[in-house]
Amino acid sequence: MLTDTTIEKKLTAMANDPKIKMRGNKVNVFYGEKQALFDVDLDVPGNAVMALIGPSGCGKSTFLRCLNRMNDTIDICKVTGDITLDGEDIYDPKIDVVELRARVGMVFQKPNPFPKSIYENIAYGPRIHGLTKTKAELDEVVESSLRKAAIWEEVKDRLQEPGTGLSGGQQQRLCIARAIAVSPEVILMDEPCSALDPIATAKVEELIDELRLNFTIVIVTHSMQQAARVSQRTAMFHLGNLVEEGPTDKMFTNPDTKLTQDYITGRFG
Amino acid sequence: MPDAHTVSSYDDELRFLVRRLSEMGGIAERMVADSVAALVNADAALAQRVISEDLLLDNGEREIYDKAVLVIAKRQPMASDLREIIGSIRIASDLERVGDLGKNIAKRVIAVHTMAQPRKLVRGLEHLAELALTQLKEVLDAFATRSPSLATSIRERDEEIDAIYTSLFRELLTYMMEDPRNITACTHLLFCAKNIERIGDHATNIAETVYYVATGEQIAGDRPKDDETASMIAPAPGSA
Repeated sequence: MLTDTTIEKKLTAMANDPKIKMRGNKVNVFYGEKQALFDVDLDVPGNAVMALIGPSGCGKSTFLRCLNRMNDTIDICKVTGDITLDGEDIYDPKIDVVELRARVGMVFQKPNPFPKSIYENIAYGPRIHGLTKTKAELDEVVESSLRKAAIWEEVKDRLQEPGTGLSGGQQQRLCIARAIAVSPEVILMDEPCSALDPIATAKVEELIDELRLNFTIVIVTHSMQQAARVSQRTAMFHLGNLVEEGPTDKMFTNPDTKLTQDYITGRFG
Repeated sequence: MPDAHTVSSYDDELRFLVRRLSEMGGIAERMVADSVAALVNADAALAQRVISEDLLLDNGEREIYDKAVLVIAKRQPMASDLREIIGSIRIASDLERVGDLGKNIAKRVIAVHTMAQPRKLVRGLEHLAELALTQLKEVLDAFATRSPSLATSIRERDEEIDAIYTSLFRELLTYMMEDPRNITACTHLLFCAKNIERIGDHATNIAETVYYVATGEQIAGDRPKDDETASMIAPAPGSA
C-alpha cells in the first residue's frame, strides 16, 4: 500500500512532467453522410484524468470511442486523421484491435457485468489474453483488480455469486475491476456514474482519483461538478468541434471562450 | 448581465443579490454623506438618524450571506456566476463596514457638537469625505456595469485620500500642541478623518472585487499608498 506522502510525491513528479499518452490529430468522424467530428486535435496526458464535456450530440462520446476503435463496430462509421497511443498509430492496419482494446479499456454508462460469477467477470479477460499461467496467478489478478477497484472487501466472501446480483454501484466498480484486470494503460469511461446513486458516485470518483497513479483516464461526463472534481484537464466539445481544452481549475473558474462559459454556467445545452 | 440561464429562477436569485447590494450601496453612501453633514453643521438630530440607519446595512449583509449560501448549495454555480456570488458576499461586508464607520462618525458628532471646532479642519474633513464619497459612488457604478477599467482607476485614486488624510493628521497634531483645550475635539476629528480614510480603503476593496468578478483575474500590482501617519510623531513642546 502506498502512503499518502509517496502518492503525493509521485503525483507532483507526474504533474511536472506531463507525458502525452494519446494524441488525436485532425480527427474527423462520419456516420454515413453526417460528419460528427471536425478536425479535432486533442492530447491526452499520461497518469492524469481528462474530462470531456459538452451538450448531447457534441461529439465527446464519439471522440472517446475513437480512442480504442469502438467505432469500428458501427458499419457506417468512418474515421480520418491520426490517433496515436505512445506515438503509435492505432488505426494502422497492422494493429491488432483486440490487443489495442486490452491496452485501452472501457467502462460504460450502465454497468454491464457478464452473467457469470464475480470471480469469472474479472478472470475472463486475463484468461483469454493469456496473462496468467496458473490458477494461483489468476486468483492474485482477481484479488488485486478487485482491490484496486475498491470493492474487494465487499465481495471477497461471495466471489462465486453472480455479478449481476450486486448493487448498481458495486456492479460499476466490478466493471472497472474487470477493465483493470487486463492491465490496460488507458481507461475510457463513458458517463460511468450516470446510473449510480450519490454514495456510489462518490466511491467511483474516489476510485478514479486513485487509478490515476497507474492509469491514464479519459472520462465523458454530463456532470460539470464531476468533471471539476475528478479531472486535471478538461476538453469542451460543441457541434463536433473541440471548443477549448485546458487545466480543469481554470476551465471551471475562468474559461477562455464564451461558449464554455455559457455551457458550464447553465446558459445553454 | 450576460445571457439568461436555462433555469430562470437562477437568474432571479442572482438579480436579487445585485439589487440588494445596490440598495446597501445607496444606504452606505447616504450614511457617510449625512454623518459628515452632521459633523459640519453640528447637527445632533441628523447624527442620531445615521446611527439608527446602520441596522439596515447589518440586515442587508446578513440577507446577502444567507441568499448567497443558498444559491451556492442549490445551483452549484460555476465560473462567472460563482465569482459574482463570492463577490457579492465580499462587497456586502465592505458596505456593512462603511456603514459602521459612518455610524462611528455620527456618534462622535453627538459627543462634540456642543464644542467649538476649528472651522478650517472641519472644511478639510469635508473635502476628504467628498473624495471618499466619490470613490464609493464610482465603485458602485463600476459594480453595476462590471467595468474593470473603472475599477482600476478608482484603485489608483485612493492615494489622493491617503495624502489628504496625512496632511489633516499633521494639522490636528499642531492644533493640539497649540492649546490642550483642543485635544478632545481634535481627537474626535482625528478618528473621523481616519474613518473616512478607511471608507476610501473599503471602496478600494470593492474595486478589487469588481475587477475579479469581471475578469476572473486579480488586479495587478500593489495598492498605491500615501498614508504616512503610521510613522508620524509630534515635535517636542517648545522645539517648533
